Amino acid sequence: MEKSENTLAAELLEEDKDGSNTQKSTEGFTANFKYLIIGVLFGIVFVKAEIVSWFRIQEMFRFDSFHMYGVIGSAVIVGLISVQLIKRLNIKTTSGEEIVIPDKTFSKGQIYGGLLFGVGWAITGACPGPLFAQIGAGYLGVIITLLSAIAGTWTYGLLRPKLPH
Amino acid sequence: MDVLEIIRKPWPWFIAGPLIGLTVPALLLLGNKSFGISSSLRHICAAVIPANISFFKYDWKKGIWNLFFVTGIIIGGFIAGIYLANPDEIVVADATQQTLRGLGLTDFSGLMPKEIFSAANILSLKGLIFLVLGGFLVGFGTRYAGGCTSGHSITGLATLQWPSLVATMCFMIGGLICTHWILPFLFTLVL
Repeated sequence: MEKSENTLAAELLEEDKDGSNTQKSTEGFTANFKYLIIGVLFGIVFVKAEIVSWFRIQEMFRFDSFHMYGVIGSAVIVGLISVQLIKRLNIKTTSGEEIVIPDKTFSKGQIYGGLLFGVGWAITGACPGPLFAQIGAGYLGVIITLLSAIAGTWTYGLLRPKLPH
Repeated sequence: MDVLEIIRKPWPWFIAGPLIGLTVPALLLLGNKSFGISSSLRHICAAVIPANISFFKYDWKKGIWNLFFVTGIIIGGFIAGIYLANPDEIVVADATQQTLRGLGLTDFSGLMPKEIFSAANILSLKGLIFLVLGGFLVGFGTRYAGGCTSGHSITGLATLQWPSLVATMCFMIGGLICTHWILPFLFTLVL
């Protein structure tokens, strides 16, 4: 029974390809520190480019500034070129594995969930990444936002079987 | 002008955007990880309060890299917020400032409006709406959509996944509806 439920859960996880880990060989605990370092650099960029600012998000949704469109647009272009290079030149990971990026599957969740997240994004002025950076930068009230976001994720998990997908 | 002085100034989009874009290949090359931050919230649920919900019954340790990554973001935010902080005030676009003044905001000095987000407001209606309700929608919505700005709008678009384009368009539509119709109402409640 436990086993079949685990398989089901694994399938559910496969459905949600966000932040996937397709590494085959196991990594030791200390290997994780390289992701921490990438996170540190990323957090610095987030704060220094003021992406974590509620005001910048308002400018974006009011079409009063190009800043956020420039950030996201150039990030996508650089990401796109990098991924194309990795694929065409068949570049492997540092441990020699083939790079695997799982395809996202469409569900109505991307529409309903997307709209709900959009509303939350405009209210809080933050998507999940900036929440962490804001807390680090000293906006401690945002700890409440983060806890509430965790509660929101949990509630989604609870209601998932009843929601349209 | 020394280097530190330059770093302390706000970074333009054409520096920040490409650096964020490079996170995608960096995580892939270091260990086949797809950039997507909101899944860290799911791993936290799975690790701390799975409560027998099937959505949280999986090997969350496979996602532990993401928890290290977001811990790094907190540290990076701290370093940038304390040691590399911009000595000048944030410059908010005039048009946005005018509209927000019209809605009742007066303080444009920090990264976030203190009138709403200061920790002193946690237990007020402001905190309930902007922190608790807003945060809940971010967590519920991103998981329902299967990703957030990083997972869909950056990784998804950069790997040409059309469901991510649908999600990104819905993020924008939700944000536009909220900014132009819901926020003005919320501001009348709290300011």
